[in-house]
Amino acid sequence: MKAVCWNGITDVRVEEVPDPKLINPRDAIIQVSSTAICGSDLHLYDGYIPAMKKGDILGHEFMGEVVEVGSGVKNLSPGDRVVVPFPIACGNCFFCQSGLWSLCDNSNPNASLAESMYGHSPAGIFGYSHLMGGYAGGQAEYVRVPFADVGPFKIENGFRDEQVLFLTDIFPTGYMAAEMANIRPGDTVAIWGCGPVGQFVIQSAWTFNPARVIAIDRYPERLDMAEKYGRAEVINYEGTDVVETLKQMTGGMGPDVCIDAVGMEAHKHGLEGYYDRAKHAARMETDRPYVLREAIQACRKGGTVSLAGAYGGFVDTIPIGAAFNKGLTFKMGQAHVHRYLQPLFEMIESGQIDPSFVVTHIFPLEEAPDAYEIFKHKTDGCVKVVMKP
Amino acid sequence: MEVQMERPLSRRVNVGAAERGVSLLSGLALLSYIFKRRPSTKMSVPLVLEAGYMMYRGATGHCVFYKMMEINRSEEGNRGIEVQRAITVNKPRDEMYRIWRNFENLPRFMTHLKRVDVDEAGGGDRSHWVAKAPLGGQAEWDAEIMEERENEYIAWNSLPGSVVDSMGSVEFSDAPGGRGTIIRVSMQYNPPAGSMGAAIAKLLGEEPGQQVRDDLRHFKQMMETGEIASVEGQPSGRNNDFERSISERRREKDLVEEASVQSFPASDPPAWISGKKNKRSLPS
Repeated sequence: MKAVCWNGITDVRVEEVPDPKLINPRDAIIQVSSTAICGSDLHLYDGYIPAMKKGDILGHEFMGEVVEVGSGVKNLSPGDRVVVPFPIACGNCFFCQSGLWSLCDNSNPNASLAESMYGHSPAGIFGYSHLMGGYAGGQAEYVRVPFADVGPFKIENGFRDEQVLFLTDIFPTGYMAAEMANIRPGDTVAIWGCGPVGQFVIQSAWTFNPARVIAIDRYPERLDMAEKYGRAEVINYEGTDVVETLKQMTGGMGPDVCIDAVGMEAHKHGLEGYYDRAKHAARMETDRPYVLREAIQACRKGGTVSLAGAYGGFVDTIPIGAAFNKGLTFKMGQAHVHRYLQPLFEMIESGQIDPSFVVTHIFPLEEAPDAYEIFKHKTDGCVKVVMKP
Repeated sequence: MEVQMERPLSRRVNVGAAERGVSLLSGLALLSYIFKRRPSTKMSVPLVLEAGYMMYRGATGHCVFYKMMEINRSEEGNRGIEVQRAITVNKPRDEMYRIWRNFENLPRFMTHLKRVDVDEAGGGDRSHWVAKAPLGGQAEWDAEIMEERENEYIAWNSLPGSVVDSMGSVEFSDAPGGRGTIIRVSMQYNPPAGSMGAAIAKLLGEEPGQQVRDDLRHFKQMMETGEIASVEGQPSGRNNDFERSISERRREKDLVEEASVQSFPASDPPAWISGKKNKRSLPS
């Protein structure tokens, strides 16, 4: 089959690889009909996530048709159309049973590696480095799905792939960021990053009845999308002091809720930008925390900072004194996708939201290298890329 | 994935204390013989080398030949292994106890064990253990349950006179809040006298603590999910090895090692793989 393989930094290739086989009884094989490139795939593409091996198959946002199931999978049969959550969860451990699906205790075959870095191992993730299990991803014609009796969610009626595909990651990720942030009616919510996840944070935030949603980015097409589909007020951070602007907009109070939908590869100009680039080049810092710093600085006293953008390693110069003395609450984590599949699908079903609005580009899988470049550099107005094997 | 570090000199000691003294003294004696008798130049070169090596071996406690033969006669090498690890399994205590009480189940998740046969005739208290030893060999011994409290505790010892002197225990308690069972395992391997000691010291691998932790994790996975999480046999771009020359594969291996944990934190711009030359030109 054809699959998108990581061959080094900014080097992905579409290669001919063997078809996947069932390995464990609870596995299923899915024939992929659509797969998306996630912002966090760019962290792999750019070499920000450790423990990648040349030849690893990428992709954790995918859906398709069940073609084979193991003896332990009773709820799926060949022909079923499913979306597959990006974290792999067993459904049996304390964490799964507590609804903390992305923290599953049993799905990471390289748990000891993750433990050595994080203290404990999070769940395995498709196509997301050997730290997260080394599972082959779904940017391929076929993919093996472990614990298929737990994860895949059947889509039986006539929705287009682009309408349901984002249930695998970015819609639940955005929704959970908003939900975690404890938005109360009348609140002002500020969201850094109007990429695909940011768009879903904006959409989701409104479901908690805030008074205002303010979105921050520098790409006009993303800000337009936030205004048009998300009814957000927007700030273009280029040439703007974001913290000061937010203060002005909120009458000095600051946003009640600040959500980081950017994560470890944030960009910033000026002195602070050079500081982190230097630290990063010297391997003293792995993630660039501009957004986190700004969010802490901008957030109103007693407010909540919620992180949806992914972090992988270490950052420094986090203004923890500001966070402490302003009494902020922090919420973060990989989305517990399984928890949100049913309720968010119902939002799609009822017509409350059509997630396909973020899709700007559709490529055949063979053109993955170009798709990654366009998505990375956000050329051609690119917001979200879907690939068809 | 492990980063192989050069071991500090103290950890490379593989010669016992008395033997080190003898080495040092014989090296010095040989040296004084060379100086007093002044043998022909032909003779003196190998003699000086020999004297030098004996003194090095005595002073550092490191013997190159012992190393090659995987022999360790130092006190450290003969200290044996004692490992204690705990894990919480989301299953009832009596069920976990029953599984452990039948030692024949242990090799299903304990990597170092090949086989355990329980002698049913003795009420299931006696068992024969076969473990994997270094260099493809195996070590065998008989063990007996010394103490047991139902659903709480099992302790076993190897029988007197066994080649391998080992003991182990496992303790079961309820995890608070109805979160299943906490299982605390303790395993000890005491080396017998002689060079078998080094082999026994390696029964649990180079990192016994990690080994037992991984074993318990596999046990937990089996109990909770019915299978052990694995990616063995899945496709990747690496399966196309037959298309690649050996030198390419070797280069790839180096890259993988560099690009793993060791490279963390990764750098930007990348220092370990040049991505620049692979950059594709953008369609405008």
